[in-house]
Amino acid sequence: MAVTDYLRRRFMPHIWCPGCGHGIVLNSLLRAIEKLELEKNDIVMISGIGCSARIQGYVDFHTMHTLHGRALAFATGIKMAWPLLKVIVPMGDGDALAIGGNHFIHAARRNIDVTAIIMNNSIYGMTGGQHSPLTPCGDQATTAPYGTVDSPFDVVRLASAAGASFIARTTTYHAREMTRLLAAAIEHRGFSVVEVLSQCPTYYGRKNDAGDAVAMMEGFRDGTVRIDRKTAETSDGDPGRLDGEAAGTPIGLFRREERPEYCEAYRRRVVEPAMAAGRGESETP
Amino acid sequence: MTPTGTVTPTGTGTLHFLQGNEVCAEAAVYAGMRFYAGYPITPSTEIAERLAWRLPQVGGTCIQMEDEIGSLCSVIGASLTGLKGMTATSGPGYSLMQEAVGYAIMAEVPLVIVDVQRGGPSTGLPTHASQGDVMQVRWGTHGDHAIVCLSASTHQDLFEIMIRAFNVSETFRTPVVVLIDEIVGHMREPVRIPDAGEFELTERLLTSVPRDVDYHPYFPREDGRLPMSHFGGEHRYNVTGLYHDMWGFPSDDPRVTNDLIHHLMNKLENRKRDLTFTKEWYTDDAEIMLISYGASARSARHIMEDRRAVGMRMGLIELQTLWPFPGELVRERCRQANYVVVVEMNMGQIVHEVKTAVDRPERVFLANRVDGEMITPVDIKHLVRVIQGKGI
Repeated sequence: MAVTDYLRRRFMPHIWCPGCGHGIVLNSLLRAIEKLELEKNDIVMISGIGCSARIQGYVDFHTMHTLHGRALAFATGIKMAWPLLKVIVPMGDGDALAIGGNHFIHAARRNIDVTAIIMNNSIYGMTGGQHSPLTPCGDQATTAPYGTVDSPFDVVRLASAAGASFIARTTTYHAREMTRLLAAAIEHRGFSVVEVLSQCPTYYGRKNDAGDAVAMMEGFRDGTVRIDRKTAETSDGDPGRLDGEAAGTPIGLFRREERPEYCEAYRRRVVEPAMAAGRGESETP
Repeated sequence: MTPTGTVTPTGTGTLHFLQGNEVCAEAAVYAGMRFYAGYPITPSTEIAERLAWRLPQVGGTCIQMEDEIGSLCSVIGASLTGLKGMTATSGPGYSLMQEAVGYAIMAEVPLVIVDVQRGGPSTGLPTHASQGDVMQVRWGTHGDHAIVCLSASTHQDLFEIMIRAFNVSETFRTPVVVLIDEIVGHMREPVRIPDAGEFELTERLLTSVPRDVDYHPYFPREDGRLPMSHFGGEHRYNVTGLYHDMWGFPSDDPRVTNDLIHHLMNKLENRKRDLTFTKEWYTDDAEIMLISYGASARSARHIMEDRRAVGMRMGLIELQTLWPFPGELVRERCRQANYVVVVEMNMGQIVHEVKTAVDRPERVFLANRVDGEMITPVDIKHLVRVIQGKGI
């Protein structure tokens, strides 16, 4: 199936600003899905609110546009009710980690088979450039005219501590690697997190003198360091840390491990014994 | 804590001694509910405890979410895929759910929410009774909307009301709130679990549109109902909390938005007759008409029978439907009454609806109690004596 067959082309042109990185994420995601030869009817895409969330409107899958921060909670209900579906949840940095932070860590803890894509442009774009929990400390935003005081989360470390079984980070500059990582994440059975550094030239770039979209993407090229899994696993159990970290933001695949998936575990440990023992006629415990 | 007692859970047609919360759980299972998500909160927690044990026995799913927001969101997701879904909570948790309640109304997702009321505002009186959430249920979520809210005062009634709640939610693709209180929730009394087939269960209306033919998830039939297609199944469509067209895609076309808000209101407000459930005692000759619901209706029934025994013409309307408020019925029944006394455990919520409904609002009085204790028959008797100028 051609990549364009996955698109709802009648909704083009999209709403994203010129130079926005989110279209690159959409492109890489559709190529990953094409690579996996998935049927359109197999995929459910659940999004929250924000620029990133709009990705859901352009793809010809089962799509749901939910509430700010709550996409993973909706996705949990859908996946539990129908475990055969492939569930993909694209989120922005504010959506996933400010208002939705609690759902994020708990979905990771359960290891439910959902793919979370965090499109990190370090800013709230839809509302016009406010700082997010991933805005670097000291950067400018409309709600931080003197620079932010808050320290940002490190998504890889957060996901790791919360228990996600697949964790990767990439950027819009590394579009082909993004496709490979997203394909691996979707194939993975368990909670998979892919953080994608994405550029917002309109708000973040302009407020912070980061240049145009091309300059920002060159920044992703020059400011990141590729990590291979072996290096990650030897660094004191801290998958986000590199020896000589000053070299730049680590990108690549940080964790891929087999752990019991939540729906499968619930069926095996709860439903099957309950149905076998009870047949609905046993006395209450 | 695990569910206690020695009941046979599917022991249909037999008598059980259950808490009201356990009745909610058993009735939901009887009604075909197969997905529950919840978060612990007094005084509703026994519903989650019962269902954590009970649902997997029938192949269902019960999940304890990270908060009430996540609970209702996951129920919405599960319901769209085709399962009857439910959550339960109390006032503070229900406050947290309000945004998702609006989503379920807008996206027309059938589900049931049980609110076991405690005293408020805020964390209030967790282990005491109140009926302070009546208006939260009506207006808690933002924007214009219609909502269905049912209540019950006895466990046998509660069993039936729970089934009706699921039937109404499936028929009208709408969230339905079952509003009980700490007293009904925690009290134990005998309940007969009906035989299978004794109550008609409304199953989801599914589209007959075949695969690969354009399906319109939000295009109402002539009777106003919208046939569903299991989300994730044969038809791909969009679901959103934004104003949307018949395909489920966002629209701000004034004609589309105007039609949608009217559809959402009218599908319930225009069908009040189908949605009105009441129990009535002596409404044909009552000079003093009591109107109540939930635990308060138990005291109202007690004093009504007591006063009847001494020759006073007292009657009672027990409202099992609070929203949409059955104003026409109340007006009709109260026409001959000299006084109407609304009995509720709050500072006056349904009493305002009654005043709006009746011909002579100056004859409507409130008998209430707001200290966390149950309003007693004597409390009501005292108020009636005051109204009659007899002193306490």
